[in-house]
Amino acid sequence: MKRTSSLRRFRGHPAALMQYLLVHLAALLTGGTVLVLIGYILITGIPHLSLDLFAWNFTTENQSMMPAIINTLCMTVLTLLMAVPVGVGAAIYLAEYAKRGNVLVKMVRITAETLAGIPSIVYGLFGFMFFNVALGWGYSMLSGAVTLAIMVLPLVMRTTEEALNSVSDTFREGSFGLGAGKLRTVFRIVLPAAVPGILSGIILSIGRIVGESAALIFTAGSGRESLSFMTQDGFSLFAPLFQSTRTLSVHMYNLMNEGLHMDEARATAVVLLVLVLGINALSSYLGKKLTKGKEL
Amino acid sequence: MAKFRETAMRYVFLLSAVLCIACVGVICVYLLGSGIPTMFEIGLDNFFGTTWKPGSGSYGIFPFIVGSIYVTAGAILIGVPIGVLCAVYLAWFCPQKLYKVLNPAVRLMAGIPSIIYGFFGLTVLVPMIQSMTGTSGKGLLTASLLLGIMILPTIIGTAEPALRAVPRPYYDGALALGATHERSVFSVVVPAASSGLMSGVILGIGRAIGETMAVIMIAGNQTRMPGGLFDGLRTMTSNIVMEMGYSTGLHRQALVATGVVLFVFILLINLLFSLAKKKEGTE
Repeated sequence: MKRTSSLRRFRGHPAALMQYLLVHLAALLTGGTVLVLIGYILITGIPHLSLDLFAWNFTTENQSMMPAIINTLCMTVLTLLMAVPVGVGAAIYLAEYAKRGNVLVKMVRITAETLAGIPSIVYGLFGFMFFNVALGWGYSMLSGAVTLAIMVLPLVMRTTEEALNSVSDTFREGSFGLGAGKLRTVFRIVLPAAVPGILSGIILSIGRIVGESAALIFTAGSGRESLSFMTQDGFSLFAPLFQSTRTLSVHMYNLMNEGLHMDEARATAVVLLVLVLGINALSSYLGKKLTKGKEL
Repeated sequence: MAKFRETAMRYVFLLSAVLCIACVGVICVYLLGSGIPTMFEIGLDNFFGTTWKPGSGSYGIFPFIVGSIYVTAGAILIGVPIGVLCAVYLAWFCPQKLYKVLNPAVRLMAGIPSIIYGFFGLTVLVPMIQSMTGTSGKGLLTASLLLGIMILPTIIGTAEPALRAVPRPYYDGALALGATHERSVFSVVVPAASSGLMSGVILGIGRAIGETMAVIMIAGNQTRMPGGLFDGLRTMTSNIVMEMGYSTGLHRQALVATGVVLFVFILLINLLFSLAKKKEGTE
């Protein structure tokens, strides 16, 4: 498409000039907002980063974010341990086993769409009422992780299903032709081919887990202490699961809410931003790898 | 043995799929089951009334419903024109080189956690509006501005593919009839993509009405009926976060019921979304 870029072509077309200017203005505003937002967080935050903020323990004098970082890591692993097997399993069922037009497939699709649209605060409310109060877990990492698992489930499922569907049918036919059963075909042929797509979905979920705050405040709570295996009854392997823990996002929320430690909040914002952006970049890199693989 | 394993795994996969449905089922039943009786216990007049004073038995959430609607409407007013125009730019005006920068930038925007948006709002937008208007800086305008920014990636992400999906001959035909590039795009391509644009807007509404952590920082959270552009207001989402921590008894039940109202709003928006999508499919 060749277009003269000189403004002369707008002579006699005032409406076209208007539209031309408007779309450019909109793009400028959007790009500018991203720049200002990220620039602001980095510029105001980086000077406040100090080694003290990464000290092993949280104290009232030193609002270290290290416990929060470790909690975020544990929370992420725990959530994925629950969400990934179920999400991938459900996707395998939808993509490999279910027949077209199956009622169950339709229902899963509708529920997945519903789950994806529910705001995180509703998950938090549900998690609080169900896990914390009804099941009596109290503010605990486990309660937070289960809530988050339900939240990222549709994301894992949808991306896995897309990845499975993008695996060419010739792979499956070749495998069946060699005498492999359905199960072996799925695990040895289809799943390995879909790995980049599945990973990209999982990493996207990690991004959501790390950035989430509304669903966690009332499920995992905002405990500031480092995780510990000791309870008043002595050593317990499950003690950290039932400890109130704050992730990095919740930590930042608390710092802002208290309003006493805005400098620390600025520093935390930098760490959180870099973490989430890195995770998202990794995910889109893997996603790109997948589409490249398809072209080959 | 092998056959047994095949069948067993088949049921394991089936079970995972059913588990997904069960999750939604449990959430719906549990929330509605504890929220709706509460509404009747409080009394519908009281619950949808205009005074929220849990201390003296008034649980009127009407101001918060209005607050949520105002804030969402404000976000739509700001976010939709910019988002749709930016999508048009990305799909039809953007030079290849710039696209490689702008497209990731928009995606990046979608990945930023809402708490960081809230932080930005609190430390940049609030002081800005404060000095411009002499008010507290927290209120409808600030919240709408920030939410308008937050829904941009949602709208652009849905609208751009919809614009690209319009068959090329539509554009070429318009051009051949002597229309300018701009006119071809705005009078032919954009209307052809309208249902796709609509689903982007609906997704944006869903995101705006459900947003919590950013809004709570900048909306002011007063419990009265929302007034002017610079007056503070409270949304349904922030009402839950503000008071859940210390509430007990009927007060807590009322907050769950607030969540139910929010949930119903979201379900309605989802329904609209799937209707818009269906329309997109038939066109």
